[in-house]
Amino acid sequence: MSERPIQFYFRGAIQSVQGPAPTRTVLQYLREDLQQTGTKEGCAEGDCGACTVVIGELVGEPGAEELRLRAVNACIQFLPSLDGKALFTVEDLAAGEQLHPVQQALVDRHGSQCGFCTPGFAMSLFALYENQDHCPERDEIDHTLSGNLCRCTGYRPIVDAARDAYALPRRRLDRLPVIAALKTLADLPPLDYLGDGRRSHSPRTLAELAELREQLPNAGMVAGGTDVGLWVTKQGRDLGELILTGAVAELKRIQIGPGRLEIGAGATLTDAFAALTAFEPQWAELARRFASTPVKNAGTLGGNVANGSPIGDSMPALIALGARIVLQRGATTREMALEDFYLDYQKTALAPGEFVRALVLDAPAAGLQRHFRSYKVAKRLDQDISAVACGLAVHVDDEGCIRRARLAFGGMAATPKRAAAAEAALLGRPWDAAAVRRAMDALGSDFAPFTDVRASSAYRLSVAANLLQRFWLETSGAADAPVRLAALAPIAPEDQP
Amino acid sequence: MSASLIGRPLPHESARLHVSGKAHYVDDLPQATGTLHAAPGLSTIARGRIRSMDLSAVRAYPGVRAVLTAADIPGDNNCGPILHDDPILADGEIRFYGQPVFVVAAETRDIARQAARLAKIDYETEPPILDMDAAIAAESWVLPPFSMQRGAVDAAFADAPHRLSGSAVLGGQEHFYLEGQISCAQPGDDGTLHVLCSTQHPTEMQQMVAHCLGWRAHRVSVECRRMGGAFGGKESQSAQWACLAALLAVNTGKPVKLRLDRDDDMVATGKRHPYRYQWESAFDDSGRLLGLKLEFAADCGHSADLSGPVNDRTICHVDNAYYLDALALKSLRCKTNRVSNTAFRGFGGPQGMFVIENVIDDIARHLGRDPLDIRRANFYDVEPGARSSTPYGMTVEDNVAPALVAELERDCAYAARRAAIADFNAGSPVLKRGIALTPVKFGISFNATHYNQAGALVHVYTDGSVLVSHGGTEMGQGLYTKVRQIVAHEFGLPFADVRLSSTDTRRVANTSATAASSGTDLNGKAAQAACANIKARLAAFVGELTNGTVAAADVQFADGRVQAPGFDEAFADLVMRAYRARIQLWDAGFYKTPKIHFDPVTKLGRPFFYFAYGAACSEVAIDTLTGESRVLRVDILHDAGRSINPALDIGQIEGGFVQGMGWLTSEELWWRPDGKLMSHAPSTYKIPTASDLPEVFNIRLYDNANVEDSIHRSKAVGEPPFMLALSVYQALRDAVAAALPPGQPLRLDAPATPEAILRALAGGES
Repeated sequence: MSERPIQFYFRGAIQSVQGPAPTRTVLQYLREDLQQTGTKEGCAEGDCGACTVVIGELVGEPGAEELRLRAVNACIQFLPSLDGKALFTVEDLAAGEQLHPVQQALVDRHGSQCGFCTPGFAMSLFALYENQDHCPERDEIDHTLSGNLCRCTGYRPIVDAARDAYALPRRRLDRLPVIAALKTLADLPPLDYLGDGRRSHSPRTLAELAELREQLPNAGMVAGGTDVGLWVTKQGRDLGELILTGAVAELKRIQIGPGRLEIGAGATLTDAFAALTAFEPQWAELARRFASTPVKNAGTLGGNVANGSPIGDSMPALIALGARIVLQRGATTREMALEDFYLDYQKTALAPGEFVRALVLDAPAAGLQRHFRSYKVAKRLDQDISAVACGLAVHVDDEGCIRRARLAFGGMAATPKRAAAAEAALLGRPWDAAAVRRAMDALGSDFAPFTDVRASSAYRLSVAANLLQRFWLETSGAADAPVRLAALAPIAPEDQP
Repeated sequence: MSASLIGRPLPHESARLHVSGKAHYVDDLPQATGTLHAAPGLSTIARGRIRSMDLSAVRAYPGVRAVLTAADIPGDNNCGPILHDDPILADGEIRFYGQPVFVVAAETRDIARQAARLAKIDYETEPPILDMDAAIAAESWVLPPFSMQRGAVDAAFADAPHRLSGSAVLGGQEHFYLEGQISCAQPGDDGTLHVLCSTQHPTEMQQMVAHCLGWRAHRVSVECRRMGGAFGGKESQSAQWACLAALLAVNTGKPVKLRLDRDDDMVATGKRHPYRYQWESAFDDSGRLLGLKLEFAADCGHSADLSGPVNDRTICHVDNAYYLDALALKSLRCKTNRVSNTAFRGFGGPQGMFVIENVIDDIARHLGRDPLDIRRANFYDVEPGARSSTPYGMTVEDNVAPALVAELERDCAYAARRAAIADFNAGSPVLKRGIALTPVKFGISFNATHYNQAGALVHVYTDGSVLVSHGGTEMGQGLYTKVRQIVAHEFGLPFADVRLSSTDTRRVANTSATAASSGTDLNGKAAQAACANIKARLAAFVGELTNGTVAAADVQFADGRVQAPGFDEAFADLVMRAYRARIQLWDAGFYKTPKIHFDPVTKLGRPFFYFAYGAACSEVAIDTLTGESRVLRVDILHDAGRSINPALDIGQIEGGFVQGMGWLTSEELWWRPDGKLMSHAPSTYKIPTASDLPEVFNIRLYDNANVEDSIHRSKAVGEPPFMLALSVYQALRDAVAAALPPGQPLRLDAPATPEAILRALAGGES
């Protein structure tokens, strides 16, 4: 049987790569196989952005397809994940000697010093420039650049360049040939090949995925690859046979019904968080601070949840909102409360042959007022793993009495976990200072957190308690001054000389 | 007449290449056929001995071509730049967790890395010394403790109206150059080796490689066109990897490239030295220091590396901008079972200035005064006088700190904002704001006098184009751009007519590291000297052509022409004529910094040609529930002398400041109890990102021509701005103080992570 190659749009044409090792990264392919060295390796773990490339995908219904361009980290993207997509690198930006506006603005603003991170910045800015017609605000720029580290400039000239690019004559990618090529690729059979002794499957439908998963319960599952990629680049692990879920369109579906939100496990974090923020506006801060833009563009909500890391940021907030996880094996699905999915450190309720299909959230019950917040505490504002993350929800009745409480924490135990004693301390009480105090004290019996590189046990415990205090201050109206830094009024322009 | 290129804000000479991905770093260069790739095997204990080592599985792994251990090193097994105490590969003894034990060369980098994981090493472990307290208790030093005293310290303390004691701890810092360590060693056909290396110090790499091979220097050449960042981390510590690549290349006869994985790089290469301090201060009612007793300890790691000069620079910067009358200093250079710490922007200076700013802040809080008042009360005299001598015996002759601070204080509305912050804090129980304005005075020149020399080679080709080589390396700071400006200015040529070649030990010999902020000062002057030689010959030639009617002194080089009264010719035409007349159109230039001397034993002398000054005012906010902080606004006024390129200089100021801010806030090194560094990747070690850039960030250059005859009266600007970030840390202290009862002693560990701030708010120590 002759197996089809990986095919994708690159440098103006459809390229074919026959049978590479399934875990060969896009970055290795670019640098080592093609000698296209503009894209750099800074960390090989998706945390520095020197390898940033832009991926193009068709989205939308047949007949009305659009090209969606998003920045991702090439260093942890496996080559088969490119199949059916378009790849753009820094070498694609300039038209001959004419630099792209984001490049020209970087030059004009002195946005490069050593220059090693610069191609990655250029690509992140290119994605922003293509996706947004209006000149970005500072926070949009920061978010765009949240996955790009620069050690030389201090970022000011790069932030300025992001704006200045919009003042230069507008240049747009000619999308039509890309869309035409991607349509052609969409008609190919699913990618399924043997490379370097390892088989890689990229099913297209949910049914195919379910069947494969049942047949191959021990195969590695790769969704966005933002975690699995590091198993290869950092630990040298042999992942064996792989099932890549990225081509299963049904798994990416986000369904918004009355009072209900269902997010397919394969939806990217970017898409999932947009839906979650629309569903519950208090998601906004978590959506902003979770990982980086390139990681959110590749990683999936299902992957974050399925990995079951004690420090996964989405789970505490999902648990606080009462999210349920939908698991599928063959044609059978089952649902459970998300907190029940986590059994122990990196151990979940996932049965052999089963996979995460979706997450479901319901609107709060009528008759109760729900207060909800999600907080994240880390050493750095952007792209940092939490010392403590939490999702906090209390439901208060007309009498002001707490009827339900879901206080879920990450970074405090071997799994994302609810604080049962603290919740119990709140139930039946008015949402007041005394109740919060009791809950704060009770946290000590809920958790015995670990000490690691991110924080000490003692810090985690005191901050978890203090976040309950913040939650109360923010939702009870007890505070008459801002209680978190994000709420500080910006420095007024008249303060500037 | 067109404007001079000196003082023009030209873009970095490689900017277009950077943004289009066309700038070649070592890993991007076309690779010779048969190139092998190397990976090191690192130790998994912090201290002990290798009982036995089974590398058979490594050797047997398909694609592996060579595996070397210490026994395979034909020459010196040492990469220590000053002392011979730093093995390239562990020779029986393990000194830190992550020490290179063996090295593999294979057909691909993946194979080399996979194979390296298969080693079976049996260790006999010993209890490691993992912190400075343990090292001090064990009297474990890389270099002996050093003490110095000036003035009648005991008398000053006995008579002083006020005395305070204090202590502080200060963390280290990972360089996090975006391009990791890399060397590619290419054997030549005649028993030579050419090493492409990302290094700040090609000459030292040449020497180290030659020594480890047992060769003489002229068989080894080292070349570097540009680095993807360095910050001191590629001064001495590029040597280990250059040597390993060289050993493998000679062993296999093939080109060998060694590019470290990021995690290996962070584990196996040295960082900024962590420090801890204890002090007693004596002062009067105005807050003026009468006496200071200071003991500081530096965690040097397992070997000396550059720790001697780093600690010496700390000694030379504990004064910062302040006159210290009676002073007793003790410097402990701790040897621990950690990676050997090394040069990093500021080179011990930041650690000196950190402590004096804390001493002063404590005094201010004790007296209930604005810390800026106490800073001002302690400045050196403006005109050399009774309060102008530094602890190391140099007279401060160029002091602009008082004037510069006053200008910044006014421009940033310090007083009004301090009042507004007090109002805000009174009404804000959870969030607290703080502000601080701190000065910087930084000595320019290598403390070791002999490093203050440079060479350059300037070629004028017969078409009038110019190629320059010098000993300085380009790591992003813009050295090549500034030297192009300097040379183009000398010949009166457009910028495009001058090119820089890569830095190569074959073109300029016996170079110093590009370090100590000295790159432009030294290499700019050397290039200028080379130009002067060529210009003198051309001027004399013009004299000949005009039959002696034109004096050489009247010949001008400007606008691409050579002009004198009655003479006017295009530069290119004149050089072609000069060539035909057999006039030498290329020359070398040499420069040595005048006036400087320093006794490395007594630590006295005039180590610095001049001082660079600056000041920053930072405003911050903290969250007293979590310890999180934000920098809200920063105003900087910095003295770059008469700037050769204001755009590049402002880039150094901003970048240095933000890097310093990271050092003092989010960048925390954390080791497991067994000595393994756990903050060994960007996922766990957090340098600032774009969102950490202060919302308001005003940078201005201070108009101040260098009083010394530096290159075009500019001042070095690579390191000094780093220490402007001390204002952020001091502002955080101010914010913490606002949440504490008045007068309560304040101890804030650095980096001021959320955890450190919460601990300070609880009044606790680490």
